[in-house]
Amino acid sequence: MTSAKPSAEPGPVRLSLSSRFENIEMAQHLCGKLLEERELSEETKHWILMALREGVANAIKHGNAQNVSKRVHVEMRVEGETLEIRIRDEGAGFDPSRVGDPLAPENRLKTSGRGIFYMRTFMDEVRFGRPKEGGMEIVLTKNLQTGKS
Amino acid sequence: MKTSVREVRGVEILDLKGKITIGSGDVQLRETINKLVESGKKNILINMQDVTTIDSSGIGELVGCYTSVTNKGGKLKLLHLPPKISDVLTVTQLITVFDVYESEPEALASYA
Repeated sequence: MTSAKPSAEPGPVRLSLSSRFENIEMAQHLCGKLLEERELSEETKHWILMALREGVANAIKHGNAQNVSKRVHVEMRVEGETLEIRIRDEGAGFDPSRVGDPLAPENRLKTSGRGIFYMRTFMDEVRFGRPKEGGMEIVLTKNLQTGKS
Repeated sequence: MKTSVREVRGVEILDLKGKITIGSGDVQLRETINKLVESGKKNILINMQDVTTIDSSGIGELVGCYTSVTNKGGKLKLLHLPPKISDVLTVTQLITVFDVYESEPEALASYA
C-alpha cells in the first residue's frame, strides 16, 4: 500500500467575511501567512496584499453595498509558482469595462475609480466573472517566481 | 489614523500617523482638511512621514482634499512621502499633481 504524499503547498485558504472594512485586515493577514514560506521580496508581498485589499474593499463597498448580512468569499491558493486569489461578493455585479481609465485627464482628479487599476498594476492578471452562485467574482493571479527576493 | 495640526509661519502642517485606508483614516483626513478650509486656512502641508499604508480610498481622499483646498484659492502640498506611497501616486500619475517636498523648511519656503 502506498500512502499519499502530502502536498508541499499550503491551503487553499477559504474565508467567508461579513461586509465590514475591518475584515480586510484579516484577509491580508492570512494571505501574508500563505506567502510566508515563499522567498518573496517585501516589495512583492506588499503589492500583492494591496491588490487583495483593493479587491475585498471593492466587494464590500460596491458589490455588497456594505450590507453586513451579505458575505465576501475569499479563496487564496498557491499552486506551483502561481498565487490565485478569488474574491466573490453577493451583489448585483457591474460591468468592469464601464469603469473609467483613472489616467485619462478627465478622471485624474476624481476621488474614486482607482481600485481596479491598482489591482491590474500589481498583479499579473485580473479577471472578472459572474459565477453561478451569484454576485461578482474577481480573480487575481500572480507568478511568484518573478517576485523572489 | 492619528492627526495633529501645527501652524508654522502661516502654514498649517498636518502630521498624519497610521493608515489612510477605507473605513480607517480616509474620512478623518477629509474632515480635518475641511475644518481647516472652513476656518479660512489656505496654506496646508500634509506630513506623510508616519503614514504606514494607503489604499485607493485614501488616495481618493487626498485628491479630494487637494481639489477643495485649490478651489478655495489655497495650496495643499505633501511632505516626506514614504517610497511606497510615492509609488502608488506615481502609477496613477498623481505625483505630477501634488507638490512634494523632502524637507520642511523647503516646503514652508514654497508658500512664501
